[in-house]
Amino acid sequence: MSVRYIGAEVQRMEDLRLLIGSGRYVDDITRDRMLHVAFVRSEHAHANIKNIDTENAKMLDGVHGVLTYQDITSSFDLKRMGQLFPAPVIEQNITQYPVANEEVCYVGEIVAVVVAENRAIAEDAIEIINVEYDVMPAIIDCRLALEPNAPKAHKNSKDNLVGIIRTSFGEIDKAFKTADHIFRRSFLQHRGGCHAMECRGVVAEHDRSENTLTLWSSTQCPYLVRRSLADYLGENEESIRVIAPDVGGGFGPKAGFYPEEIMVPFLARFYGRPIKWIEDRHEHFVATTTQRDQHWDVEVACNADGLIKGIRGEVTHENGAYVPYGFLLPFTSLTPLPGPYAVPAVDVSLKAVFTNTTPNSPVRGAGRPYAIYAVERLIETISKNLKIDAAEVRRRNFVKEEQMPYATGALLRDGSPVKYDSGNYHSCLDKALVLADHASFKDRQSSARDDGRHIGMGISSYVEDTGLGPYEGTTVRVQPNGKVLVRSGSASQGQGHHTFIAQIVAETLAVSLEDIVFESGDTGKFPHGVGTIGSRIAVNVGPSAYEAANAVKDKAIKLASETLEAAEQDLELSSGKVQVKGVEDLSVSLGDLARTLSPKAGGKVPSGFVPSLEATSYTGSNGSPFASGTNVAEVEVDILTGNVKLINYSVAHDCGTIINPKIVDGQIIGGVVHGIGNALFERMIYSEGGQPLTNTYADYLLPLATEMPNIAIVHEESPSPLNVLGVKGVGEGGTIPATAAVVAAVENALEEFNVEIDYYPINPQHLTELIDG
Amino acid sequence: MEPWPSLKEREKGMASRKISLKLNGCEVSATVEPRLHLADFLRHTLGATGTHLGCEHGVCGACTVNVDGDAIRSCLMFAIQVDGKNVTTIEGIANPDKTLHPIQEAFRKHHGLQCGFCTPGMIITLEAFLKNHPNPTEFEIRKAISGNICRCTGYQPIVAAAMEAATNLKNQGQ
Amino acid sequence: MPMLNFRILSPEHIIDLNKVSDLFGIKENENHLSIGSMTRQSELLNSPIIIQSSPLISRALGYVGHDQTRNRGTIGGSLCHLDPAAELCIVASAYNAELTVTGKKGDRVIAMSDWPVDFLTPALNDDEILTNIRITPWQGSHGFCFIEFARREGDFAIVAVAVLIEITDHVISKASIALGGVAAGPVRLHEVETLLTGQSPGQELFKEAGLLAKKVDAMSDINFSTDYRKRLSGAFTERALHGAMAQFKGEGEGHG
Repeated sequence: MSVRYIGAEVQRMEDLRLLIGSGRYVDDITRDRMLHVAFVRSEHAHANIKNIDTENAKMLDGVHGVLTYQDITSSFDLKRMGQLFPAPVIEQNITQYPVANEEVCYVGEIVAVVVAENRAIAEDAIEIINVEYDVMPAIIDCRLALEPNAPKAHKNSKDNLVGIIRTSFGEIDKAFKTADHIFRRSFLQHRGGCHAMECRGVVAEHDRSENTLTLWSSTQCPYLVRRSLADYLGENEESIRVIAPDVGGGFGPKAGFYPEEIMVPFLARFYGRPIKWIEDRHEHFVATTTQRDQHWDVEVACNADGLIKGIRGEVTHENGAYVPYGFLLPFTSLTPLPGPYAVPAVDVSLKAVFTNTTPNSPVRGAGRPYAIYAVERLIETISKNLKIDAAEVRRRNFVKEEQMPYATGALLRDGSPVKYDSGNYHSCLDKALVLADHASFKDRQSSARDDGRHIGMGISSYVEDTGLGPYEGTTVRVQPNGKVLVRSGSASQGQGHHTFIAQIVAETLAVSLEDIVFESGDTGKFPHGVGTIGSRIAVNVGPSAYEAANAVKDKAIKLASETLEAAEQDLELSSGKVQVKGVEDLSVSLGDLARTLSPKAGGKVPSGFVPSLEATSYTGSNGSPFASGTNVAEVEVDILTGNVKLINYSVAHDCGTIINPKIVDGQIIGGVVHGIGNALFERMIYSEGGQPLTNTYADYLLPLATEMPNIAIVHEESPSPLNVLGVKGVGEGGTIPATAAVVAAVENALEEFNVEIDYYPINPQHLTELIDG
Repeated sequence: MEPWPSLKEREKGMASRKISLKLNGCEVSATVEPRLHLADFLRHTLGATGTHLGCEHGVCGACTVNVDGDAIRSCLMFAIQVDGKNVTTIEGIANPDKTLHPIQEAFRKHHGLQCGFCTPGMIITLEAFLKNHPNPTEFEIRKAISGNICRCTGYQPIVAAAMEAATNLKNQGQ
Repeated sequence: MPMLNFRILSPEHIIDLNKVSDLFGIKENENHLSIGSMTRQSELLNSPIIIQSSPLISRALGYVGHDQTRNRGTIGGSLCHLDPAAELCIVASAYNAELTVTGKKGDRVIAMSDWPVDFLTPALNDDEILTNIRITPWQGSHGFCFIEFARREGDFAIVAVAVLIEITDHVISKASIALGGVAAGPVRLHEVETLLTGQSPGQELFKEAGLLAKKVDAMSDINFSTDYRKRLSGAFTERALHGAMAQFKGEGEGHG
C-alpha cells in the first residue's frame, strides 16, 4: 500500500537544518587559504575613467593585489560579457565588461578589484584608491532618453534605443473604428529590486592538479552560470562545477550571470588560492539587477455593454545601462496581454531604452505584473465610465471555461500560438468575491463614510504563463540500502523543491519521505539543467520526477517478477518493497533489487536488464500551463495623510493540481506581499545625474509585518492537460495581480474625489494632491 | 593621499583585545580587532554561521542575537562589547537534549520559513518577545517582528507559528 | 554604527561609554528627573517613574524603532544624532529639557531649544559628551498626546507632534507643542501656545490652533514637500490637542 503524498500538507524536509542554524549559505563557506575580494565601483552614472591610482592600496599590509582593466588584459581576454538570451529585436546589444574598460555607464559598475586577507582590509584599500573620472552627461528618464538631443547612455552608440517589440493580432483598426466607446489611460509603473535577504556572493576554487574550477554562487541558475563561464573562458563546461548552496531568496535577479561570477574564478586562478566575494547590501542596490520604470499609454475600445473589442498602446521601458538578460523583461511585459479576457484585437508596442542606471532583469513576475496592471486598469476604467459593476465587466469579458484551450491570437517568440490550457476564471472571480465578502461591501463602505472613514475594495484578475521550457530533469536511483536518491537540475531558494519532489517520488515508489535523499543545485551532480525562474519548477520537475520514478517502479516490478516468480500484474510496491499483492511475505526490497542490478566483480546483471535501478527523465510539459486567479484587496485611506492601510486581502487561485497545499499557500502569500510592496512602498529613486538616492533600507521601503494584511486563500484546481500531473506554476502568481488590486481599492475608496492613480508606488503625499484635485 | 599605516602599526594602534564570553552556555575566549562587529565575530571567528547579515545597518533584523536576555542587532555592536556577557544565537535555541524549542517546532508546522535566511533572527526576536509577553495578540506579534524583514513568506505563516508557540510555551509552563 | 559600517565615518578612536555606570539610570528628584545620557530607550519605555511622572515620553518611545534597537539605543544617542523627526528630541523639546554636557572645561547646561545647531548637528563641542538630561515633569493636572505619521512601524516620522496642556479651572493654563520633521531640530509652536493659553479648550479653538500651526516653516526632501509637511503639522496639532483633552479626561491613551 502506498501513502498518498501528492496533495498532502507535508511538513517541509528542508526546515530542520535551517531552523537550528545549520544552513550553509555562500558566506558560510570557508576554504583553506581563502582570500577576499572587494570591488571598486563607479561613483558616476556616466564617465570615462581617466586614471586609477592603486599604488598606495597595493602597499597596504594584507593586500595581495589591486587590478584594473589594464592590469588584467595583459594576460587575460577581458572581453564584454556574452548575451544570455540573444534575440533579433535587440538593435544595440551592449553588454558590460566584467571590469570597466574606460567607460562606465551606471553607478556601481566595477572599475577595479582588490584582493586581500579579509574584506575589511580590502575595503581599507578601496578607501585609498584614487579613481579620476571625466564625467559625461547621464540620462535617467527613459522617455527623455528617446528625444533627439538626449544625452547618450553609451558614448559611442547611435541613440538610446535597445529595441522595439510589438504584440499584435486581430483587426485593431476595425475594433477601434466600430467601438461604442474608447477610453485612454496613461500611467507610470515602477517595480522594485530583488532584495532577497541574502545578498549575492561567489566563492571560487581552482584545483591546479585537475585544472577544474569550482564555484559556489548564490544563484538561481547554476547551469547558466556554468555555461556562460565556460563560453566566456572558452573552456570545457565539464571542468567547471557550479554549486548553488543554500540560497537566501532569489526572486529573479539571482538568475543571471554577473561580472563577479567571471572575476572571482579568474582571481582564484590568478592567485592560486580560493577567493570569496560577498555582496553587501549597499552594493546590492546598485550591483544586482532590478526592475524600474515602464510608461504605458493605452486605449481600450469597447461596446456599450463593456465588451472589449481591442486594446492598443505604447510602452516605454527603462532598460538600464546594459542588456544582460536579452529582451525577456520586455517580452514578458507584452505576452500576457490581454490577460484572462477574450479580446479579439491587441496591438501594443514597447520600446526598451538605455539609461545610466543599474541594468534590469526580471523580478518576481517579470513583465507580467506590468501587463496585467495595464489591462486591469482598463477594465476599471470601463466599469467606472459605463457604470457597470467591475466584477461584471470581468465576467462579460473573461475567456469561458468551455473555450479552453483558448488561443489568444498572440504568438510566442518561437512562433507558436499562446494558448490558455485550462481554467475557470468565472469561478475564481466568484470565489474571491465570496471570500472578500464583496456582497456586503457597499453597505460597509457607506457606513464607514458616515464615520468619516474611506474604505475601498479592488479586484484584479490575471493569468500567468508558467513552466517555461525546455526541461528540468530528474534522476531517481534506488541505492543498495533502500534509500532513494533523487537528483534534479533545479535549484531552490526556499520554494520547497526537496519536499514536493520527494512527495511525488515517495508516493510513486511507496517509500517514506525520509527515505528520499534529494540533491539539486549542483552541476556536478546532475548533467543538464536550466534554472529556477518563471514559476517553472513544479511544471518541469514534477513530471520528470514522476516519469523517472515510474520508470524505476516498472523496472523494479519487472525484475521482482523474475525474482519472486510472479506475474507483473500480481505485484505492487509497498513500504520500500515489491510484493505479491496483499502478501507481505512474498516480497523483495527495492534495495535488494538495486543491489542485484549493480553486482560486484564476477557477478552478473540479469539478462535483459541495464545496470542500476534508476531512471532519468527530462519530460516536462507540452507547452505552457496557464495559472490564473482573482485577487480582492480591501483598503482604508486616511485622506489627511494619504496613508493606505490594507484591511483584508482575498485570493482565489488556480495552479492546477496541487502537490503541497502549504507550500503553494506560502508562495501565494509571499508573492502577494511582494506585490503590495510594489503598490505602496518600493521605489528606487535616482537623481537626475544618476546617483541612487534610495540606497539604504531607511529610504528604500520593504513590506514589514505590521503593514501587511492577513491573506485568505481559496483554491480552484483546473488540472493542466499539458503534463502528466496536471500541475501549473505558482511562484509568481501572488505578485502578478496584487498591485492592480491595491490600486483599484484605493481608487474605490476615493471615488468621491474622482481620483485616478497615475503611478505606483502610491506615495501618500501624491495621494493627498490627487484628493485635493 | 597620505600613506596608510602598515597593518602592524594599525594593529598596535588598534590593540587587538582578548575577550571572554559565554556563547550558548559555553565559555569562549578570543582575540579580536576592536573594529570587528559582533555578527562577523560570531560567524567568522567563532564559526557560528547561523546568524546572518542582511543589511549591516540595523534595519533587516537578520543578525538578531540575544545578549544578556535582550534581542539586539549584532551588526550594530562590536565584538569587544560582549566581553563578559551571555550571548545566545540560533544554535543555542534548541533544548539541551537537541529537541526543538516550541518556536522552532511551530515554524516547521506552519511553514514559517522558506529560504531560511531571516529565520534565525526571527526566532531570536520571538524567543525574547514571548518570554515577556506570554499572551500576545496577532497584532502584537506583528509589531514584535516588525524589525525583522522577510522577503519570502509574507509574514502570515510566521505569525501563525508564533501564536501557536505562545500557546505551547504557556502549556509547558516555560 | 550604520555610518561606521558604511564607512561614512572612519574615526581613529571610539570610546565605549557602556561601562560608565554613572551615565545610566533615571533618578527621581523632588521636582525633576535626572536621566543619564546612556539610559536605554527600552528602560525609558518601561520605567515606572517615567510612566507615572511623564508618560508622554513612554508614549513617544513606542514609536521609536523596534525592540531590538531600543534595547541598545540610548536617549543620549538619539539627542546627539538629532534626526529632524526623532521622537525623543521632540518630547525633550516639549518638556524644555536641560541637557548637561561635560568636557575638559567641566559641565555646562544647554537648553533643548539651543541644542539643535543644524541638521544632525547639536551644540556639542568636539571635546564634550552629553552626560545628563533633566526633565521637569508637569505637576498640575494636564493632558498629553503624541501623534506621528510614519510609512511603516518603527520608521522615522515624516511629521510628529507632542502636546502637553495643563487645565486649571476649565481653562488652558499652560501649553507646550513641539513639532518634529519640519526643521533641523524640533520646533516649539510658541504662537500656538500663546493662542491657547487662557482659553477654554474646545473645537473652534483647536481648529484655529491647527490652522496657525499649519503656517510653520517646513523643510522638504526627496520624499515629502513643504506643503505636505505643513498640512500634517496643522492637522496633527489639532488632532493632538483633542487627544490631549481626551487623555486628560481619561477617555484616551494619549497617542494617535
